[in-house]
Amino acid sequence: MNAKNGSDNSDHTVQFRNVTYRINSTDRHNIVNKISFAATSGETLVLLGRSGSGKTTLLRLINRLLAPTDGQVMVGGRATTEWDPIRLRRGIGYVIQDAGLFPHFTVAENVALVPTLEKWDAARTSSRVSELLTLVGLDPAEFAARKPHELSGGQRQRVGVARALGADPKILLMDEPFGALDPVTRAELQQEFGALARRLGKTIVFVTHDLREALLLASRIILLQNGRMVTDATPQEFPQIDHPEVRAFTASLDPPTGAQA
Amino acid sequence: MSAWRFFIEHRAEILEATANHMTLVITAMVFAIGIAVPLGMLIVHRPTLRNIALGLASIFQTIPSLALFGFLIPIPFIGGIGRRTAIVALTLYALLPILRNTYVGLTGIDPAVLEAAEAMGMTQSQILWRVRLPLARAVILAGIRTATIITIGVATIAAAIGAGGLGTFIFRGVAMVSDAVILAGAVPAALLAIGADLLLAWLERRLTVA
Repeated sequence: MNAKNGSDNSDHTVQFRNVTYRINSTDRHNIVNKISFAATSGETLVLLGRSGSGKTTLLRLINRLLAPTDGQVMVGGRATTEWDPIRLRRGIGYVIQDAGLFPHFTVAENVALVPTLEKWDAARTSSRVSELLTLVGLDPAEFAARKPHELSGGQRQRVGVARALGADPKILLMDEPFGALDPVTRAELQQEFGALARRLGKTIVFVTHDLREALLLASRIILLQNGRMVTDATPQEFPQIDHPEVRAFTASLDPPTGAQA
Repeated sequence: MSAWRFFIEHRAEILEATANHMTLVITAMVFAIGIAVPLGMLIVHRPTLRNIALGLASIFQTIPSLALFGFLIPIPFIGGIGRRTAIVALTLYALLPILRNTYVGLTGIDPAVLEAAEAMGMTQSQILWRVRLPLARAVILAGIRTATIITIGVATIAAAIGAGGLGTFIFRGVAMVSDAVILAGAVPAALLAIGADLLLAWLERRLTVA
């Protein structure tokens, strides 16, 4: 294995070069079709689309949970297929809808997951855990020793974000992280996360089907439809684009919000 | 003769048979756990081996127990009359519940947890030891519990091939047409089964991850 430390590549860009993905090579149907884009440090790239548009597949291609059928996904200047997948993934944070916290681990053990895998010493790990819990708005004294089932959905998702940031990855992937929360909690977390994202300066790729969330968090929005890219636009440009799928999404906003926007 | 008097008069013999019975069961369970749990871990990612292992274990379980003891007698090394044959048969009998529960426990884990584990850069063996196994503990233990209860019952038949245990009284009682003698074997066996069930159920509750 050509294992490399995450620290020796200064390039935190995620780049798709004409990427196509099919479940298997005999299948005619492309889940994603000839996708090219790049996301770099400090950017929050939102992949927007309906269910089945291929947005989650794109995310899973970045940390090589999937490998492209055609084309290349470059992370830190190297194709994901040339990376040792374990090494690649430890440098990429990942947050999913149900948080996927380990139910048999405490909050602190969950957050310490990647530092533990990377064999950080105990003192460094525990100070990192406190730092991260504070960062996501959870008091370490109150929450560190709890088990995930003792948390609310919003708190679990905060822990999920803290865990993803564990070993300070340069890239953060988020798959509808706030999708399962009640609307009030969701709005709170979106606001806080938006502020956090601007401070962190990481390359963030964020998947959602919610245009309002996309407009709030994105520095750029890529709209996907049936595995193809429809647009690549800033949140300011996006609503003006003349395309049926864009109009379908803008129409999905509630009238009051739409009027304000 | 009343059952109670028979119990009092033969208490030393009954106690010895009970101890003997427990040794048979515990030995067989140690072997069965030692085979079925690692095998269950091995078949998580190996579909062909999985079908073979679960298929074989199911076949052992469907063979009537008396027949299984009988089949083993002529087999060299593991067979013959006595304890060794009985332990082999009891082990084969106990495999299926443990193997099946180990497999089900290891694979029945919230997909989001497994996806997160993989995406955070855990290796397959780290996922197995640190995520799947701890989360499957209670289910595996439930399989061990089922297997133990079955084995305590089936071990009474081991007396038929000269392995001793509480079955000795039951077979003798049947031959003598004496309820008292049958009960001298059946009651301690039932108590053993209840005791093992309670103990393992308690352990299972303690190991359940909420």
